[in-house]
Amino acid sequence: MRLRFRGTRGSVPAPGPDTVRHGGNTTCIEVRSDADDLIILDAGTGIRSLGMELMEERPVSCHIFISHTHWDHIHGLPFFLPLFATGNAITLYGPPDPLSMTGIEAVLAKQLEYPHFPVRVAELRADIDYRTLTDRQTVDLGFATVSTLLMNHPAMDFGCKVRCDGRTIFFTGDHEPFGNIYDPGDDDYEEYGRIVDERNRALIDFLRGVDVLVADAQYTEEEYRSRRGWGHSTFERTLALARDAGVGRVCLTHHETTRTDDELDAILKRLRASGEWGGLTFDMAREGEMVIL
Amino acid sequence: MTNLRTNVVDAVERMPAFPKSVHQVLKLASDINCSQKCLVEIIKKDPVFTLKILRLVNSAYFGLSREVTSINHASVYLGLNTLKNVALGLAAVGAIPRHRVAGLDMDAFWLHSLSVATATRLLGSMLGVSQDDVADYFAAGLLHDIGKVVLALYMAGEFEDVGILAAREGMSMYRAEEAVLGTTHAEVGAMLAARWNLPVDLTDSIARHHAPDRGTSSQLVDCVFAADQIVKRLAFGSAGDCVVEPLPKSVRARFGLDLDGLIAAMPTLADEVEEARVFIRLGEED
Repeated sequence: MRLRFRGTRGSVPAPGPDTVRHGGNTTCIEVRSDADDLIILDAGTGIRSLGMELMEERPVSCHIFISHTHWDHIHGLPFFLPLFATGNAITLYGPPDPLSMTGIEAVLAKQLEYPHFPVRVAELRADIDYRTLTDRQTVDLGFATVSTLLMNHPAMDFGCKVRCDGRTIFFTGDHEPFGNIYDPGDDDYEEYGRIVDERNRALIDFLRGVDVLVADAQYTEEEYRSRRGWGHSTFERTLALARDAGVGRVCLTHHETTRTDDELDAILKRLRASGEWGGLTFDMAREGEMVIL
Repeated sequence: MTNLRTNVVDAVERMPAFPKSVHQVLKLASDINCSQKCLVEIIKKDPVFTLKILRLVNSAYFGLSREVTSINHASVYLGLNTLKNVALGLAAVGAIPRHRVAGLDMDAFWLHSLSVATATRLLGSMLGVSQDDVADYFAAGLLHDIGKVVLALYMAGEFEDVGILAAREGMSMYRAEEAVLGTTHAEVGAMLAARWNLPVDLTDSIARHHAPDRGTSSQLVDCVFAADQIVKRLAFGSAGDCVVEPLPKSVRARFGLDLDGLIAAMPTLADEVEEARVFIRLGEED
């Protein structure tokens, strides 16, 4: 199995001279089996270039897993060319919208509504299949399995574990570490804490045996202090999670929109120099880079 | 008539208590700085609200892998934003009983109430009401006809006579109520609102929603009145009354528009009502 980062930026695309090395496109990860079967994790603007390449070898067959439906994870979908051509078979998986009580099919339809886009969903020519996901579901694709885990984000967000060719990756989508909303001394502090611990344990158990963790690490610890509840993790907390779960290799992604290449390099250097992360291999995700498992 | 009066007071007394939590959630949901702890504490204090949320969160719509057994549990699993939106939907629904009531088609009544709530909120926004206060406009619209629920529930026979008279004579419900009961759903609704300790402005808007030019001029009352006429003209649902009343001069002056002008100024109403209908589904029993 191999994966290639097509988009690594968080929140909104950030093109420009300061983001050339790590990339300005929003989240999209191309996952390939040894036989070249294709899974796409999230459809941020990074999916556009992938779609153009795929169109050179039609018909296209692929499985797109949407972790959650915030803009930066679906923004590229209307620009994914294989959707427009007959003969292509695309399955779109994603979480439900529990408020409107609709499935993942409603997301693409909404994106393509008249005020936002000139082509309606009925005009797409590919054979599109929609599968709304549930927590801890395992989808068997034949060449791989994809298992979901509900993460902590201000929307339904499923992390995805992909097993393929005897190797395993886990992609968090967006995720903030679980935290206690009560203060020590409050009546519910202990009960809430127990549930938080239970969630943390469940996440760590889910991650055991994973070869590569691709994780939201948008903030520094200092930034996180004023961004609690925004649904994202920090570099340090992500590395600690990997260490606790025994994951050997981590790709830190969902780079803060305003973060320059130089700043990301400096943070990486600081983390590596700290000596705190022992045998852990980690790197910043870079757009275009391939990781071979 | 004295006897009828006693019956009306009894009917109001028999209505279940209005959950304070509903009002607090409506307020909190429009506060971007609302803390998760604050929201969770409010929900926890109301067992009925808690039960509704747990039932919803455990439904297939959420696709969770394990049963959520407490609000703390739901809070850890769903986070502030999802919980807030769920609570907001349920709060609006929780204010009005959902079971079928003699003489009043509750589905149509619901749609009418939600549509007036949505239109009142839109009118408030048009007049520059802040995001913070616009939830009160929604609540005023939602509850304006609550007196009809009291009458339909606890004075069913008389209320059916009111419906028959209004239909036969082509008159407004409140005029038929005056003839049959010697009071109106507006007055009964205001009595209930007072018993529920709702804010004075809200009680006043229920009391005067058929008489905006009686008493001190009120922006909220004018908005509810205009919204009621707009919704009746567009026939979104029904609360048993389809007589569209003309906008008094003072109301036209406040908006600088007549009824048709106001309808033209809110092209998103149908869509927003459709969104609000989700609240109905959120509160459904199964």
